Amino acid sequence: MRVRLSSKVMKPIASSILGTLFVAVTVALAVVAEMITIPPDYGNVTHVTYWEKWTGFESDAMKTVVDRYNSTEGKKKHIFVEFLPVGDIEAKVLIATSGEMPPDIAGLDTLDVAAFADNNALMPLDNYCNQYGIKASDYIPTTWSMMYYRNHVFALPTTPDSNALHYNRAEFRAAGLDPNKPPTTFDELDAVSEKLTKKDANGKYVQFGFIPADPGWWNWGWGYFFGGTLWDGKDKITCNSPENIRAWEWVASYSKKYGATAMAAFKSGFAFGSSSDGFISGKEAMQLQGVWMYNFIQQFNPKLDWAAAPFPHPADRPDLAEMTFADSDNLVIPAGAKHPEEAFDFIAFLQKQPNMELLCMGQRKGSPLAKVSDWFLNNHPNPYIRLFSDLPKLKSARTPPMMGIFNEYNDALGEAFDEVCLLQKTPKEALDGVHDRIQQVLDHYLRITKLRQAAGG
Amino acid sequence: MSYAQRQERSGWLFVSPWVVGFVGFLAYPVLASLYYSFTDYSVLKKPIWTGFDNFIQLAHDEVFWQSLKNTAYFSLFFIPLSLILTLGLAMLLNTKVRGMAFYRTIFYLPSLVPQVATAVLFLWVFNSEHGLVNAFLASIGINGPGWLTDPAWTKFTIILLGLWGGGNTMIIYLAGLQEVPQSLYEAAEIDGARAWQKTKNVTLPMISPVILFNMIMGIIGAIQMFTAPFVMFPSGTPAHSTYFYAAYLYDSAFRFHNMGYACAMGWIMFVLILVLTMLSMRLSEKHVYYGGS
Repeated sequence: MRVRLSSKVMKPIASSILGTLFVAVTVALAVVAEMITIPPDYGNVTHVTYWEKWTGFESDAMKTVVDRYNSTEGKKKHIFVEFLPVGDIEAKVLIATSGEMPPDIAGLDTLDVAAFADNNALMPLDNYCNQYGIKASDYIPTTWSMMYYRNHVFALPTTPDSNALHYNRAEFRAAGLDPNKPPTTFDELDAVSEKLTKKDANGKYVQFGFIPADPGWWNWGWGYFFGGTLWDGKDKITCNSPENIRAWEWVASYSKKYGATAMAAFKSGFAFGSSSDGFISGKEAMQLQGVWMYNFIQQFNPKLDWAAAPFPHPADRPDLAEMTFADSDNLVIPAGAKHPEEAFDFIAFLQKQPNMELLCMGQRKGSPLAKVSDWFLNNHPNPYIRLFSDLPKLKSARTPPMMGIFNEYNDALGEAFDEVCLLQKTPKEALDGVHDRIQQVLDHYLRITKLRQAAGG
Repeated sequence: MSYAQRQERSGWLFVSPWVVGFVGFLAYPVLASLYYSFTDYSVLKKPIWTGFDNFIQLAHDEVFWQSLKNTAYFSLFFIPLSLILTLGLAMLLNTKVRGMAFYRTIFYLPSLVPQVATAVLFLWVFNSEHGLVNAFLASIGINGPGWLTDPAWTKFTIILLGLWGGGNTMIIYLAGLQEVPQSLYEAAEIDGARAWQKTKNVTLPMISPVILFNMIMGIIGAIQMFTAPFVMFPSGTPAHSTYFYAAYLYDSAFRFHNMGYACAMGWIMFVLILVLTMLSMRLSEKHVYYGGS
C-alpha cells in the first residue's frame, strides 16, 4: 500500500530534519575547531612546537639535534620538542602570530628578524640568555650583531653562512692561468674574466668568466665590496653614495663589455643548485657563492675541479680585502608563544658546542660559535670550511642591514640593478631613484613607529 | 505561529548556511578591509587610524603607478586578443567535422592545467637559451628574443600564457553559439547571405550577451592577474617589467607588512573593476541583443 503524505505533514518534518542537521553540523564543526586549536593533553610533558624552513638534509640535521634533546635534557625536564618543516615560513609565522597561535620556536632569516621585532612580534631573549649564561663573547661578533637589535637579543643562531669566490681550476688551466692564483682585486677579476669568456664560431657565448648578476642574491650588496653602506643605521638612506655608485659602475661595465641582452640571455639558461647551474655546469668559470655550494657541486658534478678564495677587493681599498657577507639562520620565540621557557631551554641546548657542531656538520656549514673543535674542522666534508669559518671573523666582514623595511628596500635595489645591467639607466640615476623612494618609505616607517610608541602599541 | 511566520522561519533556516558564510567569510572581511585601508596595519600590531594617508602615499608611489601601468598594458592587449582568438576557435569547433569531440577536448585541455604548472612549463619553453620556441626560431634562421629576460618581451610572454589557457572563455562561446537558432541561418541563407554576412548579421548579434559576459570576466581576470607572473618573474623581474598590481598588493601585505596599504590597494582595484564593468555595460547597451527582452 502506498502512503501519500500531504505537504502539511512533510514540511514540518523536513524543516525539523534540516534544523537538526544544521545544529549537528555546527556542533561538530565547533568540536573539530576546539580539537585543532586546543593542544592535546600530553600529561606532565610540555609540548614545544618548532617551525623551520628547511627540507632535505638540512632538515634531517636539525631533526637529529631535536631527537637528541628529546631523549636527553627534554626527557629529564619533561619537555618534548615537535619539529615541523614549514614552507613560506615568514608569512605563516606572521599570520599565526597575529592570530595569537604562534609556534613556540620559529626559524627566521636575519632579514625578517628586524621587521618582526619592530612589530613586537618577537620575545626579547635577554633575560633567558642571562639565566643560561649565554653571552656575546660565545659567538663570532658578526653573527652576534645579527641577533642583537634595538638593544635586545631577539634571536639566537642555528647555522651561519658566508660567501667567497668559487672558481673553476680546470678552466683557469685551459686559459693559461695559474689555478693557484685566483684574482684578488677587481681589476684582476675583470682581466681574468675576459680570458675565461669564450664564443663559438657563430659569435655566440659558450662560457663566461664572471657575471655580476649571477646568482643575484647579493645584488643589493655590491656597494659594500667598494666600501659603501645602505643606510646610516638611523634615518638616512645612503645607497647613492659614491662608493655604491662606483660599485654599480663596475657592474655596468660588464654589460657594456659583453652586451647587456647577450649576458642576460646566457644567464637565463642557468638554474641554481642543479646540473644547469652556471658554475656547476662549467659555463661560468667564477661565481660569488656561499658555503652551501660545495653540497650542490658534490651532488651534480663531483668531478668539477674547483676552489674557493676570498672575493676580490678594489685595488685602492686594501682595507676591504677578504670581505664576505656573513649571514645566519636564526631561532626566535614569537610573541604570544605558549611555552617560552621550555622553548628557550631547547634553544640553549642547541647553543652548546657539541650540539651546535652536530647541526652545522650535518648541514655542512660553519659554526656560529667563537670556539670550534678540531674534530669539526678536521672532519668537515667541505674542503674550504676553514676559509668560510675564518672570513666572518675578519673586520672586513659585513652583514645584511638590520632594517624593518629591508624587504622593500631590497626589491627597489633589485629593480634598479636590473635597469643598470640592461643599461636602461646609469648607476647614478638608478641609485638616486632608489634613494628618493626608500628615504620616503623609511621616513614614513619611522614616523609610524613613533606614533605607535606614543600610542603605547 | 501563523503559516506565514512558519514559512519565514523555514526560509531563514534554509538560507542560514549561506547567511553565516556570507557574514563571516565575505561581509566581515570586506568591511574590515575597508576600515584597515584607513589605518597603518602590519597584521602583527593593532591598526592605527591614519585617515587617507595610505591613499595619499599611493598617489605618490612610483611602484604603484608602474604596477598599474603594467596591468593596464597587459589588459589592453590580452582582453581583445583573448576575445577574438577564443571566439574564432569556438566558431571552428562549432562546425560539423568528424572527431569534433576530440578537437574540443584538445583545445580545452590547457585551461585545466594549474596556473603554476603552466608557468613552470612556459619557463622551459620560452627559455632564451634552451627553450623550444627559440630553438624552433633558430631552425628557420630567426634569432629569438629574450622572452623572459628582455623587458620589451616579458609582458608579451605573459599575454601568450594567458591566451594559451583560454579554454573556459572558448567553452562559454561554444555554448552561446549552439544556442543560436538554426532557423535564423536558414532564413539568412534564403535571403542569399554568405558566410561572413551570416556571422556578422546573425551569429555576432545573437551571442552578443556572451561576448559582453566574457569581456567583463576578462577585465576582472586581467586586473587580478597574479599567479603566473608571480611564479615566473619573482618581484617583477627584469626591472619590474612584469610587476602587476596584484603582486604589489600581495607583497605589500605579506612581505612588507603593510596590510593597511594593501587593503587600500584592494579597494582601488575594486573601484577600478566596478567602473570598468559599469562602463562596459553602458557602452554595450546598444550593441547587445537579449532575446528575452
